[in-house]
Amino acid sequence: MARISLQDIRHSYQTIVAKAAEYALKRVHLEWQDGGAYALLGPSGCGKTTLLNIISGLVAPTEGRVLFDGRDVTTLPPEQRNIAQVFQFPVVYDTMTVFENLAFPLRNRHAESSRVDARVREIASLLDLDGLLGRRAAGLPPDLKQKLSLGRGLVRDDVNIIMFDEPLTVIDPHLKWQLRSKLKELHQTVRTTMIYVTHDQTEALTFADQVVVMQAGEVVQVGTPVQLFERPTHTFVGHFIGSPGMNVLPCEVSDGTALFRGQPVPTETPAKAPADATRLELGVRPEHIRIAPDTGSGDDGIAVDIVRVADAGRYRVVEAMAGDHRIHVLTREDADTPLGPARLQVDPSRTRLYVDGWLADGADTGRA
Amino acid sequence: MAVKTERQAAWLLVAPVVVLVAFNALIPLMTVVNYSVQETFGNNFFLWHGLGWFQDVLRSERFHAAFGRQMLFTGLILLIEVPLGVAIALAMPRRGPLVSVCLVLMALPLLIPWNVVGAMWNIFALPDIGLLGRTLNGLGFDYNMTQDPLSAWFTLILMDVWHWTSLVVLLTYAGLISIPDAYYQAARIDGAGAWAVFRHIQLPKLRRVLTIAILLRFMDSFMVYTEPFVLTGGGPGNSTTLLSIDLVKIALGQFDLGPAAAMSLIYFFITLLVSWVFYTLMTRHDPS
Repeated sequence: MARISLQDIRHSYQTIVAKAAEYALKRVHLEWQDGGAYALLGPSGCGKTTLLNIISGLVAPTEGRVLFDGRDVTTLPPEQRNIAQVFQFPVVYDTMTVFENLAFPLRNRHAESSRVDARVREIASLLDLDGLLGRRAAGLPPDLKQKLSLGRGLVRDDVNIIMFDEPLTVIDPHLKWQLRSKLKELHQTVRTTMIYVTHDQTEALTFADQVVVMQAGEVVQVGTPVQLFERPTHTFVGHFIGSPGMNVLPCEVSDGTALFRGQPVPTETPAKAPADATRLELGVRPEHIRIAPDTGSGDDGIAVDIVRVADAGRYRVVEAMAGDHRIHVLTREDADTPLGPARLQVDPSRTRLYVDGWLADGADTGRA
Repeated sequence: MAVKTERQAAWLLVAPVVVLVAFNALIPLMTVVNYSVQETFGNNFFLWHGLGWFQDVLRSERFHAAFGRQMLFTGLILLIEVPLGVAIALAMPRRGPLVSVCLVLMALPLLIPWNVVGAMWNIFALPDIGLLGRTLNGLGFDYNMTQDPLSAWFTLILMDVWHWTSLVVLLTYAGLISIPDAYYQAARIDGAGAWAVFRHIQLPKLRRVLTIAILLRFMDSFMVYTEPFVLTGGGPGNSTTLLSIDLVKIALGQFDLGPAAAMSLIYFFITLLVSWVFYTLMTRHDPS
């Protein structure tokens, strides 16, 4: 169990770094509480696996320090950090039985055989692997192999963190949900700090108390799933989380009012744009837009042309075009939306101005 | 009717392969079978001899001795080449410019024609002018490949190890680099030492390539002819006369075509049988 501090971590896979773009991690500064369930969320190549490997000690950061409970472990190899990791593809020792697999980390540390036996049985029952202890690990299906590799982490009671690197990649869809809830349940039982790396927002949001969203080597937001949804601090977060993601519309600002294609759009706070801003955008989620009939009066919303309505089960996704800009709107499944001209009315309390990608109001950005 | 036409067309398509296999395998093999059950006096005059030649061969002390030497040779080179090849492959670098250097060095012996290998080692081992022979004698060993059976065997084994260990190395190396990094990372996290990594990760993952390597080395060494023939000619005496060398002596030296044909078939079946047993044993636990 440990509190983890990542202090000004930068990393590059090149030996000589000429440009900032060559950093796989640009500057990461994070504090993780003991016993928390965290997710690292971001698209492929955003640096989340690099960050994970830096925490586990498989990769040494180019700059910065890693602290476990205040102790500097930056230069320690993985075996001395007391961590456990579950990999994308299940790693089990094929020639051993399930029991021997679970006992392996303990036996390597010369634990007494009676303790090994007790501990292995305890963990096996925690993971519902009791009945399989005598089976050869090679023949197990992928979901049980992932449980088994998690078990190898859990048997050691000195484990600081358990890390998961996209652990559900090879699991059948119908088992993913089961394994995910099992993980959540396990976290509540063992209360070890857990870090879950994924590019799947559903996995991240259901598993973690705190989600760290990364993009291009940077942390763009740290927050609870609700915060990420309700108040994305960056257009990337708004777009990446949610299905479909937040609408991001280019705008201008004049006298505290945001103008989209010359039409005023109400926002949460009066729109203020710094003089040096190069890019101004409005962000509003499809959930927070209402469709009104086009009365032609001009000031009752954004004039659009509805081009498509897709039924997504419990709701409908409406695609509306305002000039070249596509805007998604979610409506109830029983709402009848005719194609053709319409007006969109945004919820002012959920519509915000983004300056160069970042949320403009400055309050509670969640940036570490 | 349409179905029937299609089937006839299919036979036509298969025909070239049938002809090829017939000339390539069946007809030569049947010729050997033909000789193995008859007595021949030249001018294509044959007498039925039944299984007589087979009985003679199986009872002959000469065959037993040659078979024993063959087993000893194959056993020794397998015992040396497989562990040595695995050890070298483990020691080879996985990344960097040295990889290609090592691979080229390893491939070199495999590229040398077999009779050249024999001739090279023959000269290399000569006690008066060969580098190996001179050195060993200079160091005080009584080494003379043409006079002393032990020296001849030593040279024979050394030559085969030099020539063929690379094959095991290359196969093992290919197997090793295909093991995903995650296994090594997991092992480090689990606190496994170098031996545990070898025993529980590398060896099980190498199982298939090692099966292939052992099978190839078994079959090749069991049928080896050129290199020992050029190196020692089977001598001194008969001390390095392996099965293939003995077979050629009987067939082309003494022109005893019947016994030679019977011996060929026995030889063939032994190779086939041992290969099959090996393969079955080594793939017995395969999950897939």
